[in-house]
Amino acid sequence: MEYLSIVFQEVYKILFLLVPVLVSVAMIVWLDRRVWAFVQKRQGPNVVGPFGLLQSLADALKYIFKEIIIPSSSNKVIFILAPIVTMTLALIAWAVIPFSATQVLADINVGILYLFAVSSLGVYGIIMGGWASNSKYPFLGAIRSAAQMVSYEVSIGVIIINVLLCVGSLNLNDIVIAQQKMWFVIPLFPMFVIFFISALAETNRPPFDLPEAEAELVAGYQTEYSGMMYAMFWLGEYANILLMCAMGAILFLGGWMSPIDVYPFTLVPGAIWLILKILLLFILFALVKAIVPRYRYDQLMRLGWKVFLPLSLIWVVLTASYLFYFNLLPVN
Amino acid sequence: MIAHAIFFYTFSIIAVVSAIMVTASKNTVHSVFFLILDFISISCLFIMIGAEFLGMIMLIVYVGAVAVLFLFVVMMLNVAQQKNQWFAGQSTSKHIPVGLIISTLIFFEIIIVIGGWKYKPEIFDINNSLVNTSVSNTHSLGQILYTDYIHVFQISGMILLVAMIGAIVLTFRQRSGVKRQSYIKQISRERVEGVEVLEVQSNKGVKIDD
Repeated sequence: MEYLSIVFQEVYKILFLLVPVLVSVAMIVWLDRRVWAFVQKRQGPNVVGPFGLLQSLADALKYIFKEIIIPSSSNKVIFILAPIVTMTLALIAWAVIPFSATQVLADINVGILYLFAVSSLGVYGIIMGGWASNSKYPFLGAIRSAAQMVSYEVSIGVIIINVLLCVGSLNLNDIVIAQQKMWFVIPLFPMFVIFFISALAETNRPPFDLPEAEAELVAGYQTEYSGMMYAMFWLGEYANILLMCAMGAILFLGGWMSPIDVYPFTLVPGAIWLILKILLLFILFALVKAIVPRYRYDQLMRLGWKVFLPLSLIWVVLTASYLFYFNLLPVN
Repeated sequence: MIAHAIFFYTFSIIAVVSAIMVTASKNTVHSVFFLILDFISISCLFIMIGAEFLGMIMLIVYVGAVAVLFLFVVMMLNVAQQKNQWFAGQSTSKHIPVGLIISTLIFFEIIIVIGGWKYKPEIFDINNSLVNTSVSNTHSLGQILYTDYIHVFQISGMILLVAMIGAIVLTFRQRSGVKRQSYIKQISRERVEGVEVLEVQSNKGVKIDD
């Protein structure tokens, strides 16, 4: 019985985290389309519900009632597993995101490594979907995304090392608390820019959406998917984007900390600040989608390996020497 | 403790079964997926014994990067020929004795190495062990790697670097006649060099592409 009550408690906590995440994913899709429309001087979805807020729900309802088509020459088990893997990986990463000093589902020692590991596993959903479809366009999309995500992960890893040098801990709450005096976006501003661009590439957002470049590859790895399975890819993708925004907010924008450490601002709960920061980063993501044209594939690879990787490595040396010279290294 | 045991046996059974399936499955891509499952369950086992840093590094390095490259190569194989010939074909069965001999040799080598292993007696004493329980295992790993074993650590890094450069040198070939994009040249172009206004005479035209 004791076990059961513990299990129920955990399930309750997990639901309390996941349901808001899923709802905000639906809202964020709407926000993405609205921002995109406003940049292009259109209205965007504004019919279903107030300001079109329920548009995503209507879309989801449509997807649920559509037929799921499984191509006869596909590898059926892996074909069905692929969207499940994408969705699961996008959701389990939220377990370590701290919403305040105490509100975190799993306050583990190696939180940032866990986030990095889960986001690097995200490529499997795409590869599995692309390969199992047994069709040209999904396969090309999968191969492109495998190369792209592995390359940009490297620079994200090096950027995380920069932050860790200043913190001295892999725990996400420690990372947030270390930014009490100054957000890391100020001393590490070039790293924040590189992180932002790498996050765009890691989540296959425009201008790096080559795995699903519609002009060349129909819809990339999603070409053969339909109905709810397509919707799961789509949900997983947006959950991943939100996750990358949360990661950026925690690493560089002070996580759940209020921007000014003065009385009326500290009353606002940490979760609200974190959500506001995530939203800020997401609106930047959406603006980039609206204003920047797509990269060519070789340019994308060059940017990852020849520009971002050396730059972030040089910055690691700079940060480490600065901290060492001024005796600021966090030793505990 | 019961939950601990249940999780341990689940992960270890998954690890062993997927390790067998890596060699036994007929489809090479399936083999790689089983390999990934194996890596994941082993990193779960690492986390269960409290080595969370090793478990996460295992996930990041092996599952996140190495196995992706495996998949990348294996997926390129022709889908029609993706039958693992080892178990399927009659023609390749003559390789089985050689494989069996090699695997028994390796098996006995492992037994000799492990059987001859001498532990420091104080390792079995928990109070005396190297692991300091007040420090997280990431810290203690760092303290050992960057103090006592710094040279070994640096040398292994150098070996990896040499291997990487070697692979690049071996596969690098300079092709002639490839047009390369020079960003500096493109950006530093002025209007004067790029645009030329010509008087076009009637019925004569102008030659532009030279």
